[in-house]
Amino acid sequence: MVDRLHVGTRKGLFEVARCNGAWEVTDAQFLGDPVSAVLADSDGTVYAALDLGHFGAKLWRRDWARAWSEVAVPTFPAKPGDDRDDPHPWSLGKIWVIEPGGVAGRLWAGTMPGGLFRSDDGGESWSLNDALWHMPERRRWAGVAGGEQPGINSVLIDPRNPSDIRIGVSTAGVWATTDAGASWRLINRGMYAEYMPPELRAEPIAQDVHRLARCAAHPEIVWCQHHNGVFRSEDAGATWHELTAIRPSKFGFAVAAHPRDPDTAWFVPAIKDERRIPVDGRVVVARTRDAGRSFAVLSKGLPQRHAYDLVWRHALAVDDSGEVLALGSTSGGLWISEDGGDSWTMPEARLPPIATVRFAPA
Amino acid sequence: MPTVSFTPALQRFLSVPATQVEGMTVGEALAAVFASRPALRGYVLDDQGTVRRHVAVYVNGEPVHDRIRMSDPVGLHDEIYVFQALSGG
Repeated sequence: MVDRLHVGTRKGLFEVARCNGAWEVTDAQFLGDPVSAVLADSDGTVYAALDLGHFGAKLWRRDWARAWSEVAVPTFPAKPGDDRDDPHPWSLGKIWVIEPGGVAGRLWAGTMPGGLFRSDDGGESWSLNDALWHMPERRRWAGVAGGEQPGINSVLIDPRNPSDIRIGVSTAGVWATTDAGASWRLINRGMYAEYMPPELRAEPIAQDVHRLARCAAHPEIVWCQHHNGVFRSEDAGATWHELTAIRPSKFGFAVAAHPRDPDTAWFVPAIKDERRIPVDGRVVVARTRDAGRSFAVLSKGLPQRHAYDLVWRHALAVDDSGEVLALGSTSGGLWISEDGGDSWTMPEARLPPIATVRFAPA
Repeated sequence: MPTVSFTPALQRFLSVPATQVEGMTVGEALAAVFASRPALRGYVLDDQGTVRRHVAVYVNGEPVHDRIRMSDPVGLHDEIYVFQALSGG
């Protein structure tokens, strides 16, 4: 069983470990600094992206000896002087997600303002994916969370083929490459955007994909928490059908896919966009075990009275067994389940607002 | 030579003592500091080489006029101070 969790918060990075049967905070780093993304790689390396309010985005790496050092941060190339039409800045806003690339030393970083970056040396250096950045459609990507910058929130690597990648963009749908990023296609069909003018609601690029999650053992199965509902794809993100059985609401940010069972996934529903709080002040997790035909609403151990915790898109995680889950909230709530979500416990801590939770590989 | 000093808030991340450097403009003076401390550059400038939105650069107690090219002239006895731009709270 996995026994270690990394929790990135508004005020630092916390390590939570299973000690004598209970989960407890065992380490705190970067106290006071916002952590925007974290990755615990299979070789024992931990990466933490900081989003410093004054001094920009930074990336730190912890080696096998648990020593932290700052490594290179992705940077955009010089913007051509004659390019005045790009609505998005050519400067790193923040690192939103870091994923292992399936090849030794390779990492992918999804960022605001929508640049995808690759490292082949464990974060020592980064290069912008030019093919995606220079697609004319990229200038139509819309901002996220009321801001002006789009963001790549999900990077899904096919475990069978590291050149086969899907990304989820807020707000620009699902994009695919099958040649390690040399070329890209906007692939999503079947989603709808209620917030758009009627004639544009089915436009693939208008879809606000909050988060994607892929079944590791069946990579063609991809789940999506979208601004307007939850969706499932059986063809690696090309066609989607809505899962209308989701309860208690269809809005939310996070989704986690079972690593082996293609029919199981977890969501954290909330009241939709105007409010962004749990329904009836109750924190619940919605789990399907039948490909979305039905959902169980799980609440044992979660706060059920006057709870206004929102769970951001990177703050729900499942381990490699599919049994251990972690859930972190904007109110600093952290809950862990060891039985697939049936029941949850909370480590003894009052944490800052949580942006991301990530299990270390067992 | 102008002196370049940095806010203590930066010392949490990297060692940046006040230094005297060659330079006829703010940009040249900062470039001279970054040449010897490359890791510092990304804390002060964005990817396009302009001063970060929430970083302030003052010369002798006055904010610089040109935050993009940093062309403000500096003399031998001028003091450049780089610090976080506070926005209240």
